Amino acid sequence: MEAALLGLVTIAIGVGGCVGYFYFSNVILDKFIYPAEGPNAGHNINRANQIRPWLFLFPAIAALGLYLAYPVFETLRLSFIDRDAGNAFVGFANYQQMMSEPKFWEAMRNNMLWLIVVPAAATAFGLLAAQLTDRISWGSVAKSLIFMPMAISFVGASVIFKLVYDARGADQNQIGVLNAVWMQFEGGAGSFLFLKILPAIVLLGFAGIVGYVAYLLLRPLMRGAGGGAIFSALRVLGAAGAAYLVVVSLRTVISVFSADLAYGEPQQWLTLPYYNNFFLMVVLIWIQTGFAMVILSAALRGIPEETIEAAVIDGANPFQIFFRIKIPQIMPTIVVVWTTITLTVLKVFDIVFAMTNGQWETQVLANYMFDKLFRANDWGVASASAMVIMLLVTPILVWNVYNARKEMR
Amino acid sequence: MASNSGTKSGLTWAVNISVVVLVALWLFPTVGLFVSSFRTADQISASGWWGALFPAEQNLVLRTSDPDDTRVEENGRFVVSGRVFEEGMDVDISAWGVSSRAIDDYQPGDTADMGDGETLTLAPDGTYVWSGNDDQISGRGQRIFVTATTPPELTTDNYTTILFSGSGQDNLAKAFFNTLTVTIPATVIPILIAAFAAYALAWMEFPGRALLIAAIVALLVVPLQLALIPLLRFHEWIGIGKGYLGVWLAHTGFGLPLAIYLLRNYMVGLPRDIIENARVDGATDFQIFVKIILPLSFPALASFAIFQFLWTYNDLLVARVFLIDATGQTTVMTAQIVELLGTRGGNWEILATAAFVSIAVPLAVFFAMQKYLVRGLLAGSVK
Repeated sequence: MEAALLGLVTIAIGVGGCVGYFYFSNVILDKFIYPAEGPNAGHNINRANQIRPWLFLFPAIAALGLYLAYPVFETLRLSFIDRDAGNAFVGFANYQQMMSEPKFWEAMRNNMLWLIVVPAAATAFGLLAAQLTDRISWGSVAKSLIFMPMAISFVGASVIFKLVYDARGADQNQIGVLNAVWMQFEGGAGSFLFLKILPAIVLLGFAGIVGYVAYLLLRPLMRGAGGGAIFSALRVLGAAGAAYLVVVSLRTVISVFSADLAYGEPQQWLTLPYYNNFFLMVVLIWIQTGFAMVILSAALRGIPEETIEAAVIDGANPFQIFFRIKIPQIMPTIVVVWTTITLTVLKVFDIVFAMTNGQWETQVLANYMFDKLFRANDWGVASASAMVIMLLVTPILVWNVYNARKEMR
Repeated sequence: MASNSGTKSGLTWAVNISVVVLVALWLFPTVGLFVSSFRTADQISASGWWGALFPAEQNLVLRTSDPDDTRVEENGRFVVSGRVFEEGMDVDISAWGVSSRAIDDYQPGDTADMGDGETLTLAPDGTYVWSGNDDQISGRGQRIFVTATTPPELTTDNYTTILFSGSGQDNLAKAFFNTLTVTIPATVIPILIAAFAAYALAWMEFPGRALLIAAIVALLVVPLQLALIPLLRFHEWIGIGKGYLGVWLAHTGFGLPLAIYLLRNYMVGLPRDIIENARVDGATDFQIFVKIILPLSFPALASFAIFQFLWTYNDLLVARVFLIDATGQTTVMTAQIVELLGTRGGNWEILATAAFVSIAVPLAVFFAMQKYLVRGLLAGSVK
């Protein structure tokens, strides 16, 4: 109760203070420092108007500088310092220590997995949901239901999915949906269809799409028009990454068929190394799909009707219209959605913290950092791992600033 | 789209069914939690929540009434009779037994011979007659193992426990108020600061404006993780340590880039005429802002308010780092639920209810203000 009272007082002081600051600083500027009267009235008004923007901006700049800009540089400084050795400068020792830890590399590997799977899956599902719901009468209801997880906290979602993944002994009733479904498979034709053929089709489809993207990236180079050395290098790099993904997914297809599945045994899904990462990713995909859907749906509706009508007249089928006419036109929006989800993924902490806390090889960078900060109490390595996250964010940061500046001109 | 109407209606059907499947998949996990929060611990561990809405076959362990109080002497034998189920419960017994090793030995209506003349008869409606000599019909009531189909039963007891009567970790009431104490100031204060800054960036001319906007776009993506250690040190240094003040300040700082970005984008789109007319009529910037810009910007303000509310209400990391100290008096709901996951991992009736209490408020806000949320998302994603 005291805290609630304190909260009310803070709102009053905070709001009153802000309004008071803005009001009185303007009054002081206009009445006392540069009064709009007397011999220098015109000059004074101009001077006052030059200063006024900074009055309006001052609280925001102060808060942003102190709470976001300064910490970036301070964290960089701290990552080169050893607190136990009296804040001595230790060069890259913290980074070296971090690199020598298997947990860090595990976190890096998992983060890369998250970075590929979550934005791709959330964008794909979002696009699918947007395209489908735009065509039916109860689409807006369907949309708000798919969008709903957006309001649920990561912690709440973790509890929800822990129930889904729950496992009981083989002789008991399963209370987790996933195990209840799993226990229905006993190795017959249905199991083969759903657990071998279906995943293989999904993986092959994924490989096909990635391969197509690699082809799109390389096509301009083959024609001899790359558009600058940097862009050519980026294209080759992107194509190499895509080729790697194709190889990985094809190898996974083979392992899907050769794997000996433990039918009839309830699985502790969150303790299966490697696969448990995907079960954690499902939580974030479930949350982010709604976001992707809302933005992509608006983009789809913004496509000029004429382009679609022209395609219909030319005899295009719905799939051709979708992939050849609509997707290219909303490509910029897809990039925005993708990068926004990428940012969320890089910061993902709550889900891993609540569901596995990085055990069973599910560590990610943000949780690794939290672990170093509060459990190992090693601020140097924690800062170093935070800088790794910053480094991963930087390309998106540069891209966003570049685009924002382009738009303003 | 397609040339003949047959394939067209087929396609419409396919689309409708796909959307139903998609919505069901997305809704299923949440519904599971919701249904589980209305079931007792026994029900949850006996069957999956999807069975909660239908009569379910359960193995029950019941007991006859206490022989020392209720036995009646008849012809030298002692008899205890009654009904194993409460009044009004409509139960369909399929099998029963008197030993834990053979729980389905007898059919309803059968008489169990328990040796030395001791017998127990259980009728299909749940009434029993237990008879034997003085020695046998004494002590505690006889256990009866019943396999029965019981009607679905939902209860709000879990909510009473979590909100009012629970003790220690099981009571979420304090954490609920703590969360609101964090959330409301952390939503209100950044709006004001951001609104003034956004107005300056949208409608005032000054050198360095473009640079500032670029800086805000850059700060939009700076990960929170970078700020934790320096700010923890800073809060220690200025002496506020861990507490509400620290968490309010932190949320204000972290929410500002999005707030300024959203509001500036909206204010730039307001009609120039109105503002210039007001200037010509002699209004000061402060007056223009308060009397014209703020009322017109209401949709954008609402959008950001919802974002910031959801984000601060659902946050775990900032609260863990800047608020919750060793005493645990200031714990918030998300943090308490994570602790419950650790200590009461198997008690789904507690977990499900606690989680649902915590997500109820955001869900209500979501459904009430969805329009503004969508608008904000569309404006806020950097184009």
